[in-house]
Amino acid sequence: MTKDSAAAARRSPLGGRLARWEVLIAVLLVVSWMVAAGTVDGFGNGSNISFLLLDTTEIALMALAMTLLVVTAEIDLSVASTLGLTCAVLGTLWNAGLAIEAIMPLCLLVGALCGALNGLLVTRLGLPSLAVTIGTLALYRGLAYVLLGDQAVADFPPAYTGLATSSAGPIPYPIILVAVLAALVAVTLHATPLGRSIYAIGSNEEAAYFAGIRVKRIKFWLFVASGVFASVAGLAYTFRFASARGDNGFGLELVVVAAVLLGGVSIFGGRGALPGVLAAVLLLGVVRNALILADVPNEVLNFVTGLLLVTSVLAPNLLAALQRRRQPSYPLHPEPERSSAP
Amino acid sequence: MTEPIPPILALAGVSKSFGAVQALRNVSFELYAGEAHGLAGENGAGKSTLVKILAGVHRPDAGRLLVDGEPVDFTGPADAQHAGVAVIYQEPTLFPDLSVAENIFMSRQPRGRLRRIDRRAMHAQTTELCARLGVALDPQRPARGLSIADQQLVEIAKALSRDARVLIMDEPTAALSGAEVARLFSVARTLREHGRAILFISHRLEEIFELCGRVTTLRDGQWIATEPTDGLTPDDLVRRMVGRDLDTLYPKQDTAAGDAALKVSRLTREGVFTDVSFEVRRGEIVALAGLVGAGRSEVARAVFGVDRWDAGAVEVGGRRIPPGSPTAAMAAGLAFVPEDRRQQGLVMDMSIERNIALTGLASLRRGPVMSRAAERARARDWAIRLQLKYSRLTDTVNVLSGGNQQKVVLAKWLATDPSVLVVDEPTRGIDVATKAEVHRLLSDLAARGVAVLMISSDLAEVLGMADRVLVMHEGRLVAEIPRDRVTEETLMAAATGRGTGRSAA
Repeated sequence: MTKDSAAAARRSPLGGRLARWEVLIAVLLVVSWMVAAGTVDGFGNGSNISFLLLDTTEIALMALAMTLLVVTAEIDLSVASTLGLTCAVLGTLWNAGLAIEAIMPLCLLVGALCGALNGLLVTRLGLPSLAVTIGTLALYRGLAYVLLGDQAVADFPPAYTGLATSSAGPIPYPIILVAVLAALVAVTLHATPLGRSIYAIGSNEEAAYFAGIRVKRIKFWLFVASGVFASVAGLAYTFRFASARGDNGFGLELVVVAAVLLGGVSIFGGRGALPGVLAAVLLLGVVRNALILADVPNEVLNFVTGLLLVTSVLAPNLLAALQRRRQPSYPLHPEPERSSAP
Repeated sequence: MTEPIPPILALAGVSKSFGAVQALRNVSFELYAGEAHGLAGENGAGKSTLVKILAGVHRPDAGRLLVDGEPVDFTGPADAQHAGVAVIYQEPTLFPDLSVAENIFMSRQPRGRLRRIDRRAMHAQTTELCARLGVALDPQRPARGLSIADQQLVEIAKALSRDARVLIMDEPTAALSGAEVARLFSVARTLREHGRAILFISHRLEEIFELCGRVTTLRDGQWIATEPTDGLTPDDLVRRMVGRDLDTLYPKQDTAAGDAALKVSRLTREGVFTDVSFEVRRGEIVALAGLVGAGRSEVARAVFGVDRWDAGAVEVGGRRIPPGSPTAAMAAGLAFVPEDRRQQGLVMDMSIERNIALTGLASLRRGPVMSRAAERARARDWAIRLQLKYSRLTDTVNVLSGGNQQKVVLAKWLATDPSVLVVDEPTRGIDVATKAEVHRLLSDLAARGVAVLMISSDLAEVLGMADRVLVMHEGRLVAEIPRDRVTEETLMAAATGRGTGRSAA
């Protein structure tokens, strides 16, 4: 138990910084909530809160799987396009007269296939996921337009559209689904062997591989999971707005990535926790909702999302740089240690 | 040795530590213009720390750095360059897509009218530099595809163009052929005659005797001697470097070897190693020796499955294992302590207990979730057995010293209860006390029936620990030497492909 390691433990660089970052996001969430409630008419009433929560459904669903991927130092930018393709498939099959109960599993299969293609390209061909998923972002969205054109399919059974918009008390049903899945993902990431492997892969892929962890297999299935979660989001989106269109969810991938990074997950992998991401999803929801209520134009909303995205990537690095400046990078020992007896 | 002028570069009472490891302790050392000065010492003796201090990469904790007798403070490599110190590394890092001349004049290109780069002047100056070095290099060819020897010459030319007065060569010959070494030495002699100072580091002692007028020896971070090479023998130098009786440091106990635990048959990986066959029996420590680049680590990596093999077979305990799967190798009872512990052995910003858990995640579950109690018990158990020095098991491993980090890697693998343990450079860069502990541990494991395959560049370690030594040369297994016949001479002869005989010292 040397002096050095004790001092280092007190500093606890990893745990300390993460905890502080999550607290910061939680504080920001509370502050923005209070500011919005105090300054924006109608923000605080019950139906708006329900709507605010409901409106985070798709982003939260996609952010859950995205968190796992980003912790392994990969990314999936095709999620919103997968969502759109799911909507297009749903609309096309519904128009063709299939039963909705038969269509929904097929939609999840579409999501799984979208994710599997991403996963194969990344793990088998060794391509960077950023490039692969920018490509499939265009590919899946294009496919959605091919299927539905600019047509909108709207006549879904009220049983489903109703379920997607009603609530148990103040909690909308889709949010209950999100909560259950979030609990599942949180346990997986933070308490299972798979979760440990995910962190190890993100921190040092080579060491993880040398320790017998099946790096490629895990990454592949995380891409599949990302596709499936995106198609669940697609189903939620379609039923919530009672409208399946090829451009459903256009551009949402940026909000999802913003939420994950703002939630404290490192874009370089290996760091981050799910509660922070959930807080960030809510924070983005509150800001968006308040700005819409205050009649701020849509362009400004995009600007704010972009600003938060850049901030969330920059801020942890700035914090780290500040910490480094405060402490010398080399431990200074004015007196040499006494040698230990051989 | 009494020059009236002060040394170009000197260290006075320099100490440097990294965490709990004291890398240099009160080292003083002087380098004069016009001399080639050797630096000798075992791995971990502090040579590379000394080089990094001279190069401005590290700052000393105590003591002074003197240039021309004046104290200076290098705050970074740029300061060292400015003072005329240049380092030629074993593997230079050039810009592969730029030409030789562009590499040499990077960011200091001669300018013509309108401050455009004057290519003609740049090429002419490059040709002139090469002429001064007595070598022929085309200034316009891209650096990509140059041999390592030629890349080093580009670095030397770059140093000359900056008017460097001190050239530090950090194991430049490790990857060179005989003819390339001869050319490098003739360049070095030319530089020396032009009044530059050369600090030359090599594991090949005969090279130090060939090139250097004086030699400084370090051991365990301490200065041992600085003396003229005239009148010194290689044996004297080895004694200064090792400074102790080998047998006490390498306590391999005699054990009766059992049946074959690891059997490698005709293993081949195209262009890397060819037709390698050997077996390791239970209770035996077998060393895989050879020069750097002979293919030792590559064989180990293939056996464990992190690299694929093209032909041949690997059997563990009589069962064949599939190629290219570390997971399958582990399940068969193999464990692998890799060469690069920071990059391959450990997840540096994960905690001690989580690193140790990483090899046995599935066994540390209760139901579907991890049992933190089991995880902690495994880590604590092995921390005690290996006498790990730590303050908390939740500390990240990057706060530990190199030796303790290596213990975590060993713990992580021993916890899998392997029948075959492959260790690649198990004591590289760790302090002497821990080194002895690791040797005792390997010996104990063998005594308990584990088959150990050890790769080491540390000759003394190979001689002291191994029951048998397998020697590789250029991707092939060229010799198998039993313990009672293995000497430094027989080993080096096989490793350099000479088979018999030895070079004159």
